[in-house]
Amino acid sequence: MEFMTYHDFMFWTKGMAYVGMGLGLAAFVAFWLFLTERDEDRFADKEEE
Amino acid sequence: MSHHTTPDKKFWTPANILTAIILAIGLVLTVKRFTMGIGSVTNLSDDNPWGIWIGFDLLCGVALAAGGYTTSAAVYLFGMKKYHSAVRPAITTAFLGYAFVVFALLYDLGRYYRLPYPLTIYPGPTSFLFEVGLCVALYLTVLAIEFSPAVWETLRWKKLRHLAHSLTLLLTIFGVILSTLHQSSLGGLYLIAPSKLHPLWYSPYLALFFFISSIPAGLSMVIFEGGLSHKFLHHKMDETHIEEAPGVTLGFAKAAAVVLFGYFNLKWIGVAIDDNWHYLATGWGAWFLVEVIGFVLVPCLMYAVAAREKNQKLAFWASIVTVAGIVLNRLNISLVAFNWQLPTEFRYIPSWEEIMITVFIVTLEITVLRFCLSKLPILHEHPEFKGAH
Repeated sequence: MEFMTYHDFMFWTKGMAYVGMGLGLAAFVAFWLFLTERDEDRFADKEEE
Repeated sequence: MSHHTTPDKKFWTPANILTAIILAIGLVLTVKRFTMGIGSVTNLSDDNPWGIWIGFDLLCGVALAAGGYTTSAAVYLFGMKKYHSAVRPAITTAFLGYAFVVFALLYDLGRYYRLPYPLTIYPGPTSFLFEVGLCVALYLTVLAIEFSPAVWETLRWKKLRHLAHSLTLLLTIFGVILSTLHQSSLGGLYLIAPSKLHPLWYSPYLALFFFISSIPAGLSMVIFEGGLSHKFLHHKMDETHIEEAPGVTLGFAKAAAVVLFGYFNLKWIGVAIDDNWHYLATGWGAWFLVEVIGFVLVPCLMYAVAAREKNQKLAFWASIVTVAGIVLNRLNISLVAFNWQLPTEFRYIPSWEEIMITVFIVTLEITVLRFCLSKLPILHEHPEFKGAH
């Protein structure tokens, strides 16, 4: 990207960083659910027993 | 108890013969380095004053010794007592890791008797290097005290053992603080070189990257060594260690998956914050993607599947990929992507003697570790101190 001013640069890079953080946090929720899915099953089995 | 039955083995096995040859060559090169100077054994120059001894022995050594603070923090600060059997092996590895980091540093320094100078004669408290030196010196002391109960138990020095054991919580807190400081400061050392380090690896978050990545490095080393101990030193392990091993592997795998996921995201924030996207389309970008996808995202997913499916073998393989990834990252920052703009003839390639001395130091460390694991109550509890932890 070409930037005319320092403000342009900061606006673009900070904006991209915030978008990345938002996507990362949303992805983490999915990742955590994937990671712990079987744990919940295990506890559910125990409750049924 | 199973660890009392030592199998009858002859001493001169192929592994021991290879070890003896490496140690003999290393000793000859050590004499050469300390009598004929650093130039006689290295390809270091004013352009590349830090070589493989810093890039591998120090940066990788410190990162891979992070199992000590991660494990002791999990057990003593977060109360995860189910991982207690992993503490002593982790502390032993960390203690030896740091001890050999300092040992390797002496080869770079040359004048080893001046090691305390930065803390006494010429202190530079505004320098990252000063902070690293101070923290490593203090943390090595902390680790020595944390490791010492295994020695006192073997010698049956109960009072010293009790004294060291009573300091556990204090030392753990101190160890976590010191590790946070110097693990990050090692990355901070490279903040001074934005024009030398390739933009994909240079980041204002370097210190954060080094600290965050040290956590899965330490966890992976605990899993890796646990797997090896289970295979080769099974006869030294007592029932508690054998029973708790799967829980340690899978629990640490889950933790490593979470931290690697965060680290993977942070690496992209690092690219975004400096607008380095265009470098991804170059050869350097391809190498960066190999590191970040192949050695961060892939082991992250391997760990996640291993923890989810309760697959210890997959967790063991993930630990190997993670350790390789940490080594790759540290070597990229200190050697490969450092001075990336210099013509090839001015780039640093380590001499065979530098590599051989590194191999010598790693071999020596593994030999001492093997000795400690077989002679000290690390993979089993001492009969006179059962349940006294």
